[in-house]
Amino acid sequence: MADRTDGIREIARKWLTDGTVEAVVGWEQGTYKGKGAPVLIRKAEDADRLLFNERCTNNLMTYLKRDPVSKMEKVGIVAKGCDIKSLIGLLQESQVEREKVKVLAVTCTGVEKDDGTVPVKCQACDVNTPTFYDEIVGEKVASNPDPEARSKDLERLDAMTPAERYRFWREELDKCIRCYACRQACPLCICSRCIAEKNQPQWVETSPHPRGNFSWNLIRAYHLAGRCVECEACETACPVNIPLMLLNRAMARTVKGAFDYEAGKDPEIQPPLRTFNLDDDNSFIL
Amino acid sequence: MNESPQSETKTGEAGQRKADSSWEPRIVAFICNWCTYTGADLAGTSRMKYPPYVRVIKIPCTGRFDPLFMIKAFERGADGVLVSGCHPGDCHYTAGNYNARRKYTVFKSLLETLGMDMDRIWFSWISASEGGKWVETIRKFTEVIREKGPFQEYREMIDGG
Repeated sequence: MADRTDGIREIARKWLTDGTVEAVVGWEQGTYKGKGAPVLIRKAEDADRLLFNERCTNNLMTYLKRDPVSKMEKVGIVAKGCDIKSLIGLLQESQVEREKVKVLAVTCTGVEKDDGTVPVKCQACDVNTPTFYDEIVGEKVASNPDPEARSKDLERLDAMTPAERYRFWREELDKCIRCYACRQACPLCICSRCIAEKNQPQWVETSPHPRGNFSWNLIRAYHLAGRCVECEACETACPVNIPLMLLNRAMARTVKGAFDYEAGKDPEIQPPLRTFNLDDDNSFIL
Repeated sequence: MNESPQSETKTGEAGQRKADSSWEPRIVAFICNWCTYTGADLAGTSRMKYPPYVRVIKIPCTGRFDPLFMIKAFERGADGVLVSGCHPGDCHYTAGNYNARRKYTVFKSLLETLGMDMDRIWFSWISASEGGKWVETIRKFTEVIREKGPFQEYREMIDGG
């Protein structure tokens, strides 16, 4: 995968030299376990700092929502197929303009977590070779998604009784320290003022108490239902290892089942919670 | 200082009521202005009797309903939450209830995933002419909640236990 580095540098340098973009968001060498760290390159001569390898796990699309990238006219972003899905989500919701973002796609054979394991998103990956981009680097990689990968953990959850599930989540969510790293890392958590920060009235209690932890994690998952593209940025960012993706995948399964929709596929399609069908399921309503 | 019944709705004190034999179901109903509220009004003007344990909160439309309303109700000691509005096709704002239905589907599944007791969360469509259905729904819901008792699991969480 590291062989993509030269191609990325070359295109970034070209874009920065001819003024196609104001800056390029990419990865550079990080300090933690060889991890790629996000970097904002503004000058062509800095393009050589960019790199790509299996430790480039961050989803850089999250920088589109914040300063200084959000204020730029044109920006280049290095992205894997999974990261591009979140851009598609943002385009669907008119959060960014297509003309603003130049996508420097890289083909990817899968990234590696801090503990050396392969993330579920890579096991289930169907976008090893991205199809939505401006420039692409790297040789084509065929996708071979494992159909079981996404449902394995969910099935374990399904097998529990509601009381057991409640207990399970009570224990998991009690660990939450309310750092909101999940929110910050998420490219689709886009509110400039989060519901968790509203205090008149206060909807979500802000102290790391079970009460507020429950409502925060619930509303985070709810606000991403039908939008989450399963890039796993939230779970990767979580310092206390709450299995946030379990919630996100459960929501994705519901949305697929009820509305036959998968997030991050087509920028032209209406997101499911923005529309409705007259014959949507009514069976649970008295 | 003030010992009015309202003061007990503060969080933290909810758990104390578990040992209280005078416990009665505490149901919060979020109902839409145009149909269910008018339906409940009809039940009142028609002098129909139903259990007095429901606290009605009027919202402009079920489309206004936010899951956090429900969570807040539980945090403040509710034992059950009902959300009710116009039947499909009858929305005063044309499509608010259709949008609400999609949101319910997602939210309901999220609560199930989290292991919440789904017998305590009801959704219904009650029109302005269905005073009888309102009475019947509240009667049944109250029975179910009385059978189940206080929402102990949630109260433990509210109290941090």
